[in-house]
Amino acid sequence: MRALLTALALLVTGMMIGLVGFLTVRGAGSLTPGFLFSMPSGSGGEGGILPAALSTLWLAAGALSLALPLGVGTAVYLVEYARPGPLVCAIRTLTETLAGVPSILFGLFGFALFVVRLGWGPTLLTASATLALMLLPTVVRTSEEALAAVPQDLREGAAALGSSRWDAVRRVVLPQAAPGIATGALLALGRAVGETAAVLLTSGVGLTLPRTIMDSSRPLAVHLFLLAGEGSAGGRAHATALALVIGTLLFNVLADLALWRRRAS
Amino acid sequence: MDVRDRVARAVLACMAAITASGIFLIALAVVLGGWPALPDLIGTVWRPEEGRFGALPLLAGSLLVSLGASAGAVPLGIGMGLFLVEVAPPLLADLMRRLLRAMAAVPSVVFGFVALDLVVPWIRARFGGLGLSLMAASIVLTAMVLPTVAAVAEDALRAVSPALREGAYALGASQGQVAWRLVLPAARRGLAAAAVLALGRALGETTAVLMVMGNAAAFPRSPVDPARTLTSAVALEMAYAAGRHRQALFACGALLLVLNLVTMHLARRAAEGGAER
Repeated sequence: MRALLTALALLVTGMMIGLVGFLTVRGAGSLTPGFLFSMPSGSGGEGGILPAALSTLWLAAGALSLALPLGVGTAVYLVEYARPGPLVCAIRTLTETLAGVPSILFGLFGFALFVVRLGWGPTLLTASATLALMLLPTVVRTSEEALAAVPQDLREGAAALGSSRWDAVRRVVLPQAAPGIATGALLALGRAVGETAAVLLTSGVGLTLPRTIMDSSRPLAVHLFLLAGEGSAGGRAHATALALVIGTLLFNVLADLALWRRRAS
Repeated sequence: MDVRDRVARAVLACMAAITASGIFLIALAVVLGGWPALPDLIGTVWRPEEGRFGALPLLAGSLLVSLGASAGAVPLGIGMGLFLVEVAPPLLADLMRRLLRAMAAVPSVVFGFVALDLVVPWIRARFGGLGLSLMAASIVLTAMVLPTVAAVAEDALRAVSPALREGAYALGASQGQVAWRLVLPAARRGLAAAAVLALGRALGETTAVLMVMGNAAAFPRSPVDPARTLTSAVALEMAYAAGRHRQALFACGALLLVLNLVTMHLARRAAEGGAER
């Protein structure tokens, strides 16, 4: 049994190393500063990926700046204010349910509400709002865990000094929980960078340089998806995929580091 | 309570209400967008250009590829869970957990892209056909769902009381006997939750499946045939769909949401049952 399970672990390790190794071998040669910082040409298969990379940054920043306040606010309400009971239970169950919804359905929602009903059309803001809803459960869950881990003594100490609940939350509890909340934010950013399905219907597929979040432009993940469909980009597509993997894994490593710092302190 | 505290409480409660309403917003969007076309979905021919929106081939595609993925990911994921709990020393287990987390973080589009280069040509050479097929999508999904199954399975296996294990070892059982006869049966509710979760995740996956499955909207006759899923129909066709076609795609979304809610509910029930033991 030992041997069999060890072989299985090796197989899984091999799969992951194979995936990253394959992209590195095929794409690392093309992944140069010139590739990252120049404009694409043709239908996107030639030239660089600057607009797509910028779109991804706008998109991730936009989605997080919507999801973080809302998610942390929800978590603060659940942990610090609401009395445990059926209401809190219902909010948790609904948030958990939202976490399990397939990403294409978020895309469908964003398309129906923002693109069609509100008439914003496909823009980075549309895609950010759509992604924000998708990231919300992650932010709520990690923030709740971070808040719950703050020792009760600190809250009691603040109350004994005469501070109101809100002051205690703002000055004592939230600073203590900040590293945990940051972990959640980084995990959410990683997901935002790699997401395709929710964004495909909401961001647009243009190749122009996005100047503001109100522009329409394809993010990296959508760019890779379209390149794969055209099947002619050679090493540039592999370099794009490698950039995407490095981007998402970077956020996950940073999230791990934030968690580790919290444990250490 | 001072005024600012009251205001803070009210604002935070509103935020929680918005978060809680998210799932209803999504349900509302797909139901409002799709209800007129819901009856159209009952049919065996999906040919939007002729106004025929029978979604059974899409449903078959979704179910078959998810079952294929679960058939791969459930045994492999439970095996990984057993490896982490019973075999690996702590340091190695920690390393493997990190590796699985990294694997879960790799974007779906990258899985699809790599599979186009590696898995699809292999299937074409080995089994014939286009290579773009149910089988290719099942293999990719197996890799994508595996980290989730492994994580849930590990939790379930770890929850088995150490006293049971020690008792069995004291009676002279081998490591294999303990794992196979004692730990796996004791954790069966949690493992069932992992299996249902795998199915649910696979049903909802879009990008990677769309890239490697060939997307023919017909019933597949063999594992190497192409097929289209509910999710890929929405992603592929929504950009140009109008009128009844668009409604039919929203109705497919509603069908997908129902499938998702049912599987997630079953997974949660199985997991809770496991916790009560």
